[in-house]
Amino acid sequence: MSDWPILSIVTFLPLIGAALLLLINGEEATVARNSRWVALWTSGFTFLVSLMLWVNFDATTADFQFVEQADWMPGLNISYHMGVDGISVLFVLLATFLTPICILSAWEAIQKRVKEYMIAFLVLETMMVGMFSALDGLLFYLFFEGVLIPMFIIIGVWGGQRRVYAAFKLFLYTLLGSVLMLVALLAMYFDAGTTDIPTLMEHGFSYNMQLWLWLAFFASFAVKVPMWPVHTWLPDAHVEAPTAGSVILAGVLLKMGGYGFLRFSLPMMPLASETFAPLVFTLSIVAIIYTSLVALAQQDMKKLIAYSSVAHMGIVTIGAFTFNQHGIEGSIFQMLSHGVVSGALFLCVGVVYDRIHTREIDAYGGLVHRMPSYALIFMFFTMASVGLPGTGGFVGEILALLGAFEANTWVAFFAATGLILGAAYALYLYRRIIFGALTKENLKSILDLSPREWLIFAPLVVVVLWMGVYPVSFLDIMHVSVENLVNQVETAQAAAAHAAQLAAN
Amino acid sequence: MGVSMLNLGAALPEMFMAVSALALLMLGVFAGKDKAFRTVSWLAVAVQLVTIVLVVAGEGGTAFYGQFTADAFAKFCKVMILIGSATGIIMAMNFAERENMSRFEFPILITLATLGMMAMVSATDMLSLYLGLELQSLALYVVAAIRRDTVRSTESGLKYFILGSIASGILLYGMSMVYGFTGTTNFDVLAETLVAGNLPVGAMVGMAFIFAGLCFKVSAVPFHMWTPDVYEGAPTPVTSFFAVAPKIAGLALFIRVAIGPFGGVVEDWQQIIVLISILSMAVGSFAALRQENIKRLMAYSSIGHVGFALVGLAAGTKDGVTGILVYLGIYLVMNLGTFAVILCMRRNDRMAEEITDLAGLAKTKPLMAAITAILMFSMAGIPPLAGFFGKFYVFKAAVDAGLVTLAVIGLVTSVVSAYYYLRIIKVMYFDEPVEGFDRNGTEMNVIMAVATIIILAFVFFPNLLMDSAAAAAASLFGM
Repeated sequence: MSDWPILSIVTFLPLIGAALLLLINGEEATVARNSRWVALWTSGFTFLVSLMLWVNFDATTADFQFVEQADWMPGLNISYHMGVDGISVLFVLLATFLTPICILSAWEAIQKRVKEYMIAFLVLETMMVGMFSALDGLLFYLFFEGVLIPMFIIIGVWGGQRRVYAAFKLFLYTLLGSVLMLVALLAMYFDAGTTDIPTLMEHGFSYNMQLWLWLAFFASFAVKVPMWPVHTWLPDAHVEAPTAGSVILAGVLLKMGGYGFLRFSLPMMPLASETFAPLVFTLSIVAIIYTSLVALAQQDMKKLIAYSSVAHMGIVTIGAFTFNQHGIEGSIFQMLSHGVVSGALFLCVGVVYDRIHTREIDAYGGLVHRMPSYALIFMFFTMASVGLPGTGGFVGEILALLGAFEANTWVAFFAATGLILGAAYALYLYRRIIFGALTKENLKSILDLSPREWLIFAPLVVVVLWMGVYPVSFLDIMHVSVENLVNQVETAQAAAAHAAQLAAN
Repeated sequence: MGVSMLNLGAALPEMFMAVSALALLMLGVFAGKDKAFRTVSWLAVAVQLVTIVLVVAGEGGTAFYGQFTADAFAKFCKVMILIGSATGIIMAMNFAERENMSRFEFPILITLATLGMMAMVSATDMLSLYLGLELQSLALYVVAAIRRDTVRSTESGLKYFILGSIASGILLYGMSMVYGFTGTTNFDVLAETLVAGNLPVGAMVGMAFIFAGLCFKVSAVPFHMWTPDVYEGAPTPVTSFFAVAPKIAGLALFIRVAIGPFGGVVEDWQQIIVLISILSMAVGSFAALRQENIKRLMAYSSIGHVGFALVGLAAGTKDGVTGILVYLGIYLVMNLGTFAVILCMRRNDRMAEEITDLAGLAKTKPLMAAITAILMFSMAGIPPLAGFFGKFYVFKAAVDAGLVTLAVIGLVTSVVSAYYYLRIIKVMYFDEPVEGFDRNGTEMNVIMAVATIIILAFVFFPNLLMDSAAAAAASLFGM
């Protein structure tokens, strides 16, 4: 089994499922039903195969594993190179884990053009998995931008009122950032003669070049994360996207930016990363405090969660740029837990949206009387989002803050205020929706969670608890790789400092 | 094989085409007015296909005493041109019969224009270059005005003729200046004479004139004004032909002239190309934003694409030329596919040309909408579709040549252009449907399907095109 190209299978299996979906024809209702099942089976099976990565992963080495390499453009020294290390393998699992849940969540919510919807989601899964396992810069870029095509269609076709605006904004914002990254990739290729990521990590770019490269990559990743002030596409995209689109957007796509920082910016441009770390810290702190305050004032549930995502991702970027073990592990852990938790929160919104068809917070209130199970689930994920100990959210935040404290106490101080504000807006949201008197007429007949919805939430609850109670099973996987990354960055920075000292003498 | 030889064998494909075109003309004349249209058209297609075989199988070498070469570069470009022409004739047939322009001269004129293009890309002398260019242009002027009973077509033909003649004049003037200052019109001798630091001012002015004339032929900014009008006015199959074969031939000629006779003075023309490239990309992107007519939109889109291709020329390197050739190959496929879609935009037996006519296509014709969406995403250069690789190769060459600013500007304009390609997708997918289109012709479905498959599959086999393009570029650099 070990010589099977597991990564390629996980990456392209959904694409095969999408191709199968293309063949489905016939009456509309039959097509819809069959499409749902094919998509669910494909993504479920993909998830099972991806578990092989988890089981067979060797956590004692920082090397890339499950490596596959094949000729792609030999004339240009660019190859099809796939592989995962402790940093990326968990993201692959996150993507394969969330996709079947998304498909399940769209079971009844999506009624028109079901086949196309499922195709878009499976193509999206291929792009996401491929991006996290690509070990070639061009291949990475291919998947990174390829995500835009299905996402544009998902938001534009199945989205809300202002879906066209949101889809265009998402697309053009991200594309503008990405093309700068493409130029940087080309410059790297010119300098190193390859776009192979492991080789580029060893290459050692000159300081001046690092600065430019860093800025170009930053343009792309900062939009994707998103960091303040280029976050404005996110609330729009979230509000207009269908529930499953929001889940994937918050759960996986935002992580592409954070992952990019860890895969490219830190190891390949360590000196520039050090130079620009204060910039990242400042923007992240602004993001945490400002977007938390903005979240407090939101009237739309999805918008509130969208802003909270920006704040949470601020913690991620702070953690990544602390250059120490705690900070980076916290950053990765926070991304994973935020991926699950914010995805779950969007699903929570989706549950009531499917019933009442509004996301206005004021339209709700007192749901606990009619939907006790829902109130429980929603509370659980609200707490996880706040970072209650025992949930995944806590571990990531505390590690990232610990790392920040080691790097700079003031950064840790300001970032920590985000936690307080986070508790404020999350609990405020919860109170307005769940508690109070059940006065609104249309809410009086609302139904509690259906078995299908239970099925969606159950694995999410399990994972969040698991991450909170026994985080070691995740931290162990990333530990050696992160250590290696920290060493790499520190060595480069120390060498540069040494050289500077020599020059000064 | 010596330079001073007639060596007709190298020009066998051209001779075959010339003779076939005349034979077809006879056939058309004797078979009676327009009855022979379909027969002549299919025969013309067959002629193009046979010529492709002759080109590929040809042994190469120079002919006509060093005025003509059949190197790998010429072969590569000729195959693209011939594919474009053959498809162009196929796409025109049904349209011509429906729209009352089924004159048998049409496929013959296309064949003659193609012959001119082939002579152009093989030219290694200013005079043979001009000969080919004029054969192409004269045939195209007539083709643009082939529907002489409609005002728009006539107007478009006339505009094209007047502006094209001026451009030819400018080109010829530039050639005469180069000749006057160097005493030769042969590319090889010119390349030896014109080396860096030894470019007479007169020859430089002549070079600028030649470049201006060539810019007109490929509709690069600021010599692009004729393009939107001609594209809009000409019958749609003619527009689709204009957008493909002459563009490729013109750019190939541009490359040959820039790298051949003026290859030693890259620094002197690089800045011209950089400027023209930036302007073309910018105008192509920004001006297209507000177009409502899809043919005008495609005109601006093609201006933008020429700008992107010229990025590769601005690099002035072998990689740059490889990049342009790859770009042109992909451009050919994307444009043929897109124009097949445009030709299928018929409602109640009349052509629909507004972008809004596509509204809700995803509901009325889901497959055609999906194909169009793929083509548009590819035009916008979104990976993993083929269009991305075209941009990737030219911008890679530009960055390698140190033109980072050009690359950044180019890619930013490509984001702007993404907007109007996305707009078409938006209209098809997000808007409510209007009345559906008429049934597609089978030949259109085939062209669309083949184009889409190539665009989707390119990512898996980039080398098929890449390797032959690299070989073609190498032959130009004498390697």
